[in-house]
Amino acid sequence: MTTSTDMAVVGWAQTPMVRHTELSETQLLVRVITDALEPLGLTRSDVDFTCLGSCDYITGQAFSFVGNLDAIGAWPPKRDSHVEMDGAWALYEAWLRLHEGDIDIAVVTGSGRSSTGNPALIYPMEMDPFYLAPIGADPVTFAALQARAVIAAGIADERSMAEVAVRSRGRGVVDELLAGEYVREPLRRHDLPPITDGAAAMVLARGDRARQLVERPAYITGFDHRTECHNPSFRALDDSPSTRIAAAAAGLDDKPVEVAELQAAFTHEELLLRSVLGLGEDVTVNASGGALKANPIMATGLSRIGYAAEHIFAGGARSLAHATSGPCLQQNLICILEGQS
Amino acid sequence: MIPVAVVGVGQTHHKTRRRDVSVGGMVREAVFRALEDAQMTMDDIDAVVLGKAPDLFEGIMKPELYLSDALGAVGKPMFRVHTAGSVGGTTGIVAASHVQAGKHRRVLAVAFEKQSEGNAQFALGSGKGASLGAGGAFAPFIRAYIHRSRAPEHIGWKVAVKDRQNALKNPYAHLKIEDISIEKVRNSPMMWEPIRFLESCPSSDGACAVVITDEVGARGRNPAWILAASSRSEPPSFPGRDPVRPEACLQCAKDVYAQAGITRPRQQLDMAELYVPFSWHEPLWLEAHFIAEEGEGWKMTDAGDTEIDGSFPVNCSGGVLSSNPIGASGLLRFAEAANQVRGVAGEHQVDGAKTALAMAYGANSQYFSMWVVANSLQPFG
Repeated sequence: MTTSTDMAVVGWAQTPMVRHTELSETQLLVRVITDALEPLGLTRSDVDFTCLGSCDYITGQAFSFVGNLDAIGAWPPKRDSHVEMDGAWALYEAWLRLHEGDIDIAVVTGSGRSSTGNPALIYPMEMDPFYLAPIGADPVTFAALQARAVIAAGIADERSMAEVAVRSRGRGVVDELLAGEYVREPLRRHDLPPITDGAAAMVLARGDRARQLVERPAYITGFDHRTECHNPSFRALDDSPSTRIAAAAAGLDDKPVEVAELQAAFTHEELLLRSVLGLGEDVTVNASGGALKANPIMATGLSRIGYAAEHIFAGGARSLAHATSGPCLQQNLICILEGQS
Repeated sequence: MIPVAVVGVGQTHHKTRRRDVSVGGMVREAVFRALEDAQMTMDDIDAVVLGKAPDLFEGIMKPELYLSDALGAVGKPMFRVHTAGSVGGTTGIVAASHVQAGKHRRVLAVAFEKQSEGNAQFALGSGKGASLGAGGAFAPFIRAYIHRSRAPEHIGWKVAVKDRQNALKNPYAHLKIEDISIEKVRNSPMMWEPIRFLESCPSSDGACAVVITDEVGARGRNPAWILAASSRSEPPSFPGRDPVRPEACLQCAKDVYAQAGITRPRQQLDMAELYVPFSWHEPLWLEAHFIAEEGEGWKMTDAGDTEIDGSFPVNCSGGVLSSNPIGASGLLRFAEAANQVRGVAGEHQVDGAKTALAMAYGANSQYFSMWVVANSLQPFG
């Protein structure tokens, strides 16, 4: 039984995830939105609401999202919004918007071309402008501080981190990886995410419309996100309370999940998140390879929800997707997807 | 649909440079005023929605991260929207959506810009050199409006004088020009033909905050009921696009009127806060919101109808022409409209205002956000 407030992911698509593309963000979105809609027999004119997620600093220009209106086909004009956040949060806005009950179909996207800038120069800009940005510490440095805390707490060690890397990428030998040099101790090259250009698009549908479109919609039964204090040195880095609150609010503990897709750009983050979420060995984590395999910033979180939805499309009962933003997992989002028999 | 209301409004004093406060300190001024107005504390807030225009203005990427502490968002949902100049309006709409969806009960919407931290003109040009600025971008649209409507050149001066006089009644307004006059506007330097210096908005530091809640939350408080909220976007440019009467604006206005049950906006609305960064946008938007017939908007301005004691007051706060912290400018329109129907607009209160329209727009006249507020859920009987 579905009700008018049941919202489901009914389709998604992603571009090829590559180290660098010459295609513009708008061109990536033209392709990926079409790829998400076409299998459902939908066109852009069927879409009632769009919400795009992207980041000016990654694109390297102010108002960078404005040109992306060409990709959503906003003519005639569309109900539309944009978040300066990962596409996972764009989905959150669309999910709220469909709850208002007057429209049925939304498309959300996440897009980013990290290859065009230098992450070590750009990312310090998201830190507190008085105390943290001026020291110019890059994300790898902050991640290394968190990795040390996670290791000290006994949640991970360098070997288990290397095992995460090998499993995610489907290549490499743990002992060989551990012989490598540190980038920032205790992080080695394999603990770090790749630089990726890419985009993802997702179709969200309400009530009966979802079941008309696909046989087995991935219903969103829990959706919550929380933030934390900004300065990593004021946080317990061996914990992720915002993830825990969001998971509880999303009802993670109601029933077991079979699959979890975690936005863990660094190997230790997966181990920390697994621990905080209480995911046992029976839960398949990041079968997609996760952010360690492809990290299209601003689309990485939305892709996690896409992969978790695929598990439901394929007959799975319950899956979890996680997205994050900010230094050392400052802000975290949990989305629970379920199938209906 | 769950009825939703604004129960608290706050804003900063807007200035060219707020050297006395950080970004965090500045947003807190607006937030504490809004919370005090709502008789709430940060603990009562379930979720925070932050809006601002490009991060390049201040050089702080994704400032919702740095501002989580200042906004009391730790342990709560913190959401960030950016829809160009319309973002302040979108911030209010998305915050209302949080409550309307039945997922959050008391939501704080905050919007800011601290333009003195960087070079706004550089950022407005998408971070490229040789930016024409917003005036350069909009002047051709204004010339097209004048050409079509055959409006006389003094219309722009009249709007400028009216909004600047209204600003003298608003304690928070940035520009206060005591001796403003038609002569003064006419004699000010030409910036972008036909827009003169005193017909242009300033570059401001400032913030605005509103508290939005449901019927239960509104009990015992002074609510402005949000009868309608909507947004529309259209692409940057293509043959046949009309930036004088953007289709996105027309559709957005029709949508909010339909939601609110408005069939005769000129009669049923008591006032409007419209996003007018350059004087000529007043007549242009009066027409694109069906308040005046096409080609007739300037006649309302000329007749004094849009003055604070006129038949259809517009921008009694002084508007964007008087205070323009870009990311906050849209929420300021939405908040000022709410205060009018709450009857707490102070010296720039329109007598007996029960319904009001607020709008914001952004980019190359492409992004539109609007809401209609009223002092009751059924103001039209």
